[in-house]
Amino acid sequence: MSLHVLAAGHLTTVQDRGRPGYAHLGVPRAGALDRPAADLANRLVGNPQGAAVLEVTLGGLTVRADRDCWVAVTGADGPVGVDGVARGHARAERLPAGAVLEVGTPRRGVRSYVAVGGGIAVEPVLGSRSTDTLAWIGPPRVVDGAVLPVGEPAGGPVPHDTPRPPAAGPLRVHPGPRADWFAGDPLAAVCAATYSVDAASNRVGLRLDGPPLERARGGELASEGMVLGAVQVPPSGRPVVFLADHPVTGGYPVVAVVDAADLWRCAQLRPGDEVRFAPAGSGSGSAGTSSGATTRTSNS
Amino acid sequence: MRARPVGPTAVLVEVGGPAEALALAAWVREQGVPVTDVVPAAETVLLDGTDPAAAVRVLAGWSPEAPPPAGALVEVPVVYDGEDLSFVAEHWGTSVEDAVERHGATTFVSAFCGFAPGFAYLAGLPDELAVPRLDSPRARVPAGSVALAGTWCGVYPTASPGGWRILGRTQVRLWDADRDPPALLAPGTRVRFVRA
Repeated sequence: MSLHVLAAGHLTTVQDRGRPGYAHLGVPRAGALDRPAADLANRLVGNPQGAAVLEVTLGGLTVRADRDCWVAVTGADGPVGVDGVARGHARAERLPAGAVLEVGTPRRGVRSYVAVGGGIAVEPVLGSRSTDTLAWIGPPRVVDGAVLPVGEPAGGPVPHDTPRPPAAGPLRVHPGPRADWFAGDPLAAVCAATYSVDAASNRVGLRLDGPPLERARGGELASEGMVLGAVQVPPSGRPVVFLADHPVTGGYPVVAVVDAADLWRCAQLRPGDEVRFAPAGSGSGSAGTSSGATTRTSNS
Repeated sequence: MRARPVGPTAVLVEVGGPAEALALAAWVREQGVPVTDVVPAAETVLLDGTDPAAAVRVLAGWSPEAPPPAGALVEVPVVYDGEDLSFVAEHWGTSVEDAVERHGATTFVSAFCGFAPGFAYLAGLPDELAVPRLDSPRARVPAGSVALAGTWCGVYPTASPGGWRILGRTQVRLWDADRDPPALLAPGTRVRFVRA
């Protein structure tokens, strides 16, 4: 069967768990930015965990199935409709042949995930169906009129949902490899500051506005390998958190690394949202942090 | 060699230069260290998706004197008609003809990839032949452009903005996702440029 895309919205891409292992050839990892949400969508429709889903940025996706199938919409929490009738978020819904699924503009968060029983079955590239938006490796971005093949369902839907708890509190960070490029105790400075999400944020990086970090030394760093979650500080002093489509190497010093467990929250922060950091190990990212600060993140 | 922590699942190893980075990256793969990505760069090797403490224990057994493995030799045919060829010749204090000779006489080694899939940083030019980048990058450098920046040589796999000095162009396909490896000039590959 196939999904017929009537409207693709602002940015919709096919994503699975990405293609790690090719960084040495200059290939970004890509993959769903909010992996727990993509995993949940797959579980709900009975797909294996690595199945490809649609990542919808700020809603606006309308698709028609040409056969009966199960679908689930997770992640950023917005209206879901089938032929104009409201349906549930984060639960398996039956999409009859010819019916139209609409994923509306989320009330909270940025990225919604649409899983279809059987998974989106576009041709993999280097072992993955993910679209990388930096170098455009993988399937092309989803456009109006696209026809997306869907695989054979492996099983039926799961009758219950497993909502994740609301995530508040600072993003947990580990020390980065180049903290010594900055004055004083830069991790403490990062954790003391309040940042706001810049509108230029995308799948490559979460760009933050706030008090600039002061360099302790001049000169340039030779380009070096970058990890997912690296907090890189360009000459402006304003940090960028590297997300799934980040360049594999970079020439600005990395002051900290966001804990993997908190990366999904970076995917759901909106421009203007407040962001704070805390040293990893000082408390959980959900409740009970001592700083009293909160990072507003959509829950789903 | 110095290992710097990069969060709980990666370690950045500082080395003496690109040749050492290449040698270490190859050695780490030979040792069978459980690791997702090994990323050599100009002065570092990143081991990503690994247990840093275990990796550091293995790294203690590495000798920086170990030469990098001799990679496959790839010949890249070039039409030397680039916009910056005469600039490069002048910068080297020689004729265009001689500049082409020098470029072709150099055996380059792909030190690492970056910037774009399949874009290899090719080491081999001596320091005295380093050339400055353009002050202002070109908005579009065509795919296949063979260019220099500093002592690096590179071939653009796809059209992109770029500030390197263009010597000429090749029709060789630098990147093909259906090929193994998809990058023609994967790290370690030796490269000679020949007149097309």
